Amino acid sequence: MVSIDGRGDSKSLIRARGLGKTYRRGGEEIHVLQGLNLDVNAGDFVAFMGPSGSGKTTLLNLLGGLDVPSEGSVTVAGDEITRMSGAKLTAWRARHVGFVFQMYNLIPVLTAFQNVELPLLLTSLSKADRRRHVETALAVVGLADRMRHYPRQLSGGQEQRVGIARAIVADPTFLLCDEPTGDLDRKSADEILGLIDRLVREHGKTVLMVTHDPLAAERARLVLHLEKGVLVESVTAGEAR
Amino acid sequence: MKYLHLVVSNLFRKKTRTVLTAGSFAVALFLFGILAAVDGAFKQGVDVAGVDRLVVLNRVSIIQPLPLAYRDRISRIPGVARVTFANWFGGVYQDERNFFPQFAIDREHYREMYPEFVVPDDQWQAFLADKEGAVVGEALVERFKWKLGDRIPIKGAIFPGSWEFNIRGIYRGRRPQDDTTQFWFRWDYFDERKQFTKGVVGWYVIRIANPDDAVRLVKVIDEQFANSPTETKTDTEKAFAASFVKQMGNIQLLIMSVGSVVFFTLLLVTGNTMAIAVRERTRELAVLKAVGFRDGFVLALVIVETMAVAAVGGGVGLALAKLFTLRGDPTGGLMPFFYVSPQSIATGFGLALAVGLAAGILPALSASRLRVVDALRRI
Repeated sequence: MVSIDGRGDSKSLIRARGLGKTYRRGGEEIHVLQGLNLDVNAGDFVAFMGPSGSGKTTLLNLLGGLDVPSEGSVTVAGDEITRMSGAKLTAWRARHVGFVFQMYNLIPVLTAFQNVELPLLLTSLSKADRRRHVETALAVVGLADRMRHYPRQLSGGQEQRVGIARAIVADPTFLLCDEPTGDLDRKSADEILGLIDRLVREHGKTVLMVTHDPLAAERARLVLHLEKGVLVESVTAGEAR
Repeated sequence: MKYLHLVVSNLFRKKTRTVLTAGSFAVALFLFGILAAVDGAFKQGVDVAGVDRLVVLNRVSIIQPLPLAYRDRISRIPGVARVTFANWFGGVYQDERNFFPQFAIDREHYREMYPEFVVPDDQWQAFLADKEGAVVGEALVERFKWKLGDRIPIKGAIFPGSWEFNIRGIYRGRRPQDDTTQFWFRWDYFDERKQFTKGVVGWYVIRIANPDDAVRLVKVIDEQFANSPTETKTDTEKAFAASFVKQMGNIQLLIMSVGSVVFFTLLLVTGNTMAIAVRERTRELAVLKAVGFRDGFVLALVIVETMAVAAVGGGVGLALAKLFTLRGDPTGGLMPFFYVSPQSIATGFGLALAVGLAAGILPALSASRLRVVDALRRI
């Protein structure tokens, strides 16, 4: 169950309290997020929508431990990440967060296999175990036959699927997807959304996704709207259209 | 090892750039190897000089002779164990480009004075039995394809006429660095044949009983001949060799200057290249950090890449320099010890790695300090 009123139960996987982020540009303070509360349970699929500059990406950065808030706290699976040091936060990200980027952000000089293997290099898994995990992840996204291909040899949709395989290969606690279909045609976008949907339904993954696309948001169980740094409403997927 | 493919893949990202950067290192280290070989060739005499030998020259200059009569006076000085002498000949064999040092030597004591030069006994006896006999170094034999019994014509330059010698002996060095490019013939034959200034020698070489006594003996010998028509200047063999090198100018300063300029330029070129390479990969490095690679890993990755280029390029340059010097002295005799020593190779390789490290450290630091959110703009 997702809530934004700060009264979520103690079982929440992700809990943000009084979250705020302020940037200083020139002499001016820009309040990107203000006093935001959020509770997301394990297995939820939440889409964040809102106009450009509303703070969607900043919110994902804070929840993923890529940035630190100006105020408030973020707790994931009982760990308050906003109190962690930089090194500890990096290690935490490796263990708990899978990132899916709009531009895929694959390393062009590595094969699909090697790109997916990257997060596993940080673990103590043997080479054989890493191989097994990578092959499984690539099979889940339907690219078992493309593991020796370089990103330039793949279509956009295939690249994004490799990106998703990289995000799930270490079995993270939750996935953060920033406009995962923003650079894809409708058909490829549908395939990617279907894949993410399957990860939630069949594999029990928790997914937080930023999107501008109402059709993409429709796949989520819940759509949250951000406006001027505040979560203003919570609607079900059907109402988002 | 599990990260090796990351380094290798990144190095081959832009093959031309990597090859050119490694090529810069190769050229610089090739130059370093050649300069080190030149420096070593000039300093070789200093390095192999005997610690228990003194050299006595004419105080005026090295080309002014000393009376033969000084031999007995020097040998009577307490602390002097043995005295020998020699003369520079300076002849031409076939062509002026075929330079090698020729010495008219004292047949009685020269061999004992230089135990580092080994002449078989039977050959030495043959040399003593033939007034026109000569003993030559094995490098010279190799160079001109000579053999025992060959008759060698040498045209006198300082001492006119056509001189002919029979090769009666071939000497070798006990150590690899010993000079085996010399041509010795008998001073008594030389003194008999030359038409002027008879009864003089070019220099004396003295073995002293105790090397610690060298400073005192240098003073005693020179005092012995002070205020005479032919005053002496005595030095240790090492100092003599060093002063000989100095006459050619400060080779080491020249090499250091050229080397420093080359390496500084290399540092700028490589540093700039690595900075560009890191800038191009900003997003990728940010992704690495996002998925959990630490700042220290990113720092190490960039530095290892730079140092790998430096190691490969530097290694190739040093190997080429070594190959070049394997052909021997390119000057036709001025630098008989023209080779890249293992120490020079180690120093060169260390320098290459140091330059690689220095060039990579700033781009690596900027990569490690990269803020993921800034680099990605959006996750």
